Amino acid sequence: MITDPEQMSALLDAIRRFVIDVAIPNEDRVEAEDEVPPEVVAAMRELGTFGWSIPAEYGGSGLTSEELALAFIELTRCSVAYRVIGAQNAGIGSECIIRDGTQEQKQRYLPRLAAGELLGCLALTEPDAGSDATALQTRAVKTPNGGYVLNGHKHYITLAPIADVFTVLARTDDRDRGGSGISAFVIERGTSGLTTSGSTPKMGQEGAPIGEVFLEDCRVPADALIGGKEGVGFSTVMKALNKQRINLSALSTGPAIRMLDEAIAYANERQQFGQPIGDYQLVQAMLAESKVEIEAARALILETARKRDRGEDVTLDVSMCKYYSTEMCFRVADRVVQIFGGRGYTKFRGIERFFRDVRAFRIYEGTSQIHLLNIGKRLLAGQN
Amino acid sequence: MKVLVPIKRVVDANVKVRVKPDNSGVDLNNVKMAVNPFCEIAIEEAVRLKEAGTASEVIAVAIGASVCAEQLRTCLALGADRAILIETDEDAQPLAIAKALAAIQEKESADLVIFGKQSIDADNSQTGQMFAALTGMAQATFASELTVADGKATVVREIDGGLQTIEVTLPAVVTTDLRLNEPRYASLPNIMKAKKKPMDTHSPADLGVDMAPTQEILSVEPPAERQAGITVESVDELVDKLRNEAKVIS
Repeated sequence: MITDPEQMSALLDAIRRFVIDVAIPNEDRVEAEDEVPPEVVAAMRELGTFGWSIPAEYGGSGLTSEELALAFIELTRCSVAYRVIGAQNAGIGSECIIRDGTQEQKQRYLPRLAAGELLGCLALTEPDAGSDATALQTRAVKTPNGGYVLNGHKHYITLAPIADVFTVLARTDDRDRGGSGISAFVIERGTSGLTTSGSTPKMGQEGAPIGEVFLEDCRVPADALIGGKEGVGFSTVMKALNKQRINLSALSTGPAIRMLDEAIAYANERQQFGQPIGDYQLVQAMLAESKVEIEAARALILETARKRDRGEDVTLDVSMCKYYSTEMCFRVADRVVQIFGGRGYTKFRGIERFFRDVRAFRIYEGTSQIHLLNIGKRLLAGQN
Repeated sequence: MKVLVPIKRVVDANVKVRVKPDNSGVDLNNVKMAVNPFCEIAIEEAVRLKEAGTASEVIAVAIGASVCAEQLRTCLALGADRAILIETDEDAQPLAIAKALAAIQEKESADLVIFGKQSIDADNSQTGQMFAALTGMAQATFASELTVADGKATVVREIDGGLQTIEVTLPAVVTTDLRLNEPRYASLPNIMKAKKKPMDTHSPADLGVDMAPTQEILSVEPPAERQAGITVESVDELVDKLRNEAKVIS
C-alpha cells in the first residue's frame, strides 16, 4: 500500500541521490577501511533510513510494507554494508520492540533507534541453534526481586561489535524444549555481564561487522522482558522475521539491479573481435535472463508486501520471496562476473565484491533450504 | 532577516539527455526533472542561516509551468518555510525571469537573495546578476563561503587566480558556487511536513512582467562523439603518435 504516491516518489528521489552522490563513490573506501565513514552514516540519518519502519508516533516514518520494500530496493543499489548500518534499525534492530514491546519499552528505545542515535541488533543465533532456533541454550533465570540473570553465547550477530541495544532471546522455562519456553529481552550495552567480541572475519560485506555476544551472569530488571510476558519471545521473533523476510528480499533486489546496470554499461563499452561484447547473443541472453528474474522478484515482493499491508497471512509468501530473491541475486552476480570476464574476478568496479557480499543472502534469515521446506510443508498442508 | 531563494526546474543531473531530431532542443519527454544543483546549494545555505538563527524566514520561488511546484515542494522538504510559483507556459528567459523576481522582491523585501550561479541546462549565469542590476542590490557571485553579520555579507569567491573575499551591504544578491555546501537529503517526515507549508501562485501578468522571449534558439547540437582509444605497443610508438598524429609535442 502506498499512502501518498507523490511523497513516496520524493523519498525515492532523495534515496537515489544519496546512493549516486555518496554511497557509490565511497564503496572502495568502505571495503578498505572495513567501516562505513561517519559522514555517510550522518547522511543516512538525514535521509531517515534508521526510522523508516518505526511508527511515526515514535519519530519514525512508519512506512507500509510496500513503501519499505520500494525504499530498500532503491537504497541497496550500492554496497551491502550501507544498509546494514543504516537500515538494520528499520528491521530486526527494532521490530521485536515494535511488535510486542510495552508502551514504556517503545518510548524508551524507538525514538532513539529511529533517529539513528542507537544501533539495534537481534541476538538469536547460537553455536548450536542456527536454522533450528528453538534449540537455543541461553538461559534467563528469574531472581527473587523479579529481574533475570542471563547466561549464554550468541554468534553471527549482525552489528554485535558496535550495537547499543540487543534484543536477546533466552529460555525462561527449562522444562519446555520448544518455542514456548523462550522469552525476548531488550538489553543495553553497558549492562554488566553483557560483552561482545570483535568483528568475526568473513567472506564479504566489509563495513558491516558481525560478532559474538556473551552473557555471563548478566542481570537485567523485570522491565527488560519484552512485552512483560514470559514464553512469547519465539512468537515475537517469528513475527519480526516474517516481516524481515520481505525486507531482505527487497535488499537482495537492489544489488541485482545495480550489477545488471554495470553489466549493461560494460557490455556496450568492452570490445572484442572488433565489436562491443553486447553485440554477441550469448551476452545478451545473460543480460536478458537477469532482467527477467529481477523483475519477477520485484513483482513477487511488492505483491507480498501489499498482501501484508492488507492484513493477510503471508507466511508462505515471504518464504517464496526470500528464497527466490536471494537465489536470483546470486545468479545475477554470477552472470555479471561472467560478462566482466577477467575483470569480474579482479578488484575492478566492485563486481567481485558484490559477488562475495550477496552470497550471504542465501544463508541468513532462513537458508534457501529452510524456506523450501517451509514452502513444501505448507503446500502439503493444503495452503495453496 | 528574510531570505529569498529563486530555484529552477531542470533535467536531473544524472540523466543523459538526447538532442531532438530537428535540433530544436533536447528531448524532455519522460525525462526525470530535479532542482538545479546550484539552486539546491542556495536553499541549503539559506536553511543553514535559518538554523543558525541568522535568518528568520526562507522563501523559495520558481518560475515556469505548474509542474515546477514539484521542485518547490522539494525545497520545502529541505527546510524552506514557504514557496511562490510564478506560473507561465512561456519559455522563460533570464531577463524576463529577473524582472519577475524583481517584482517578487518588491513585495517581499528580502534582505538576502541567494541564487544558484547558473542552471545546468542553459548555463547562462545571468539571472542573479540581472536581478541585482534591476533591484539596485549589491551582488557577490560564485560564493564558496558566506558569512552574514551586522547587516553585511562576507563572501569568499572562487576566481581563476584563487580566492577573493568581498563584503557587501545588505540587502544583497549572492550566487552559489559548487563548494559552498553539501545539500542535505529530504527525509520522509520532512517531505510530509512540506505538503502543509504554504505555496502561493502568481502569474507574470499579476506582476506586470512580459514573458515573451527575446532570444530564439536556432540549433542545438550534441557534442562530437569521442573516438575510441587505442593501446600502444611501446613508448616509441606513443611518442610517434603524440608527435605525428596528435601533434601535441614536437
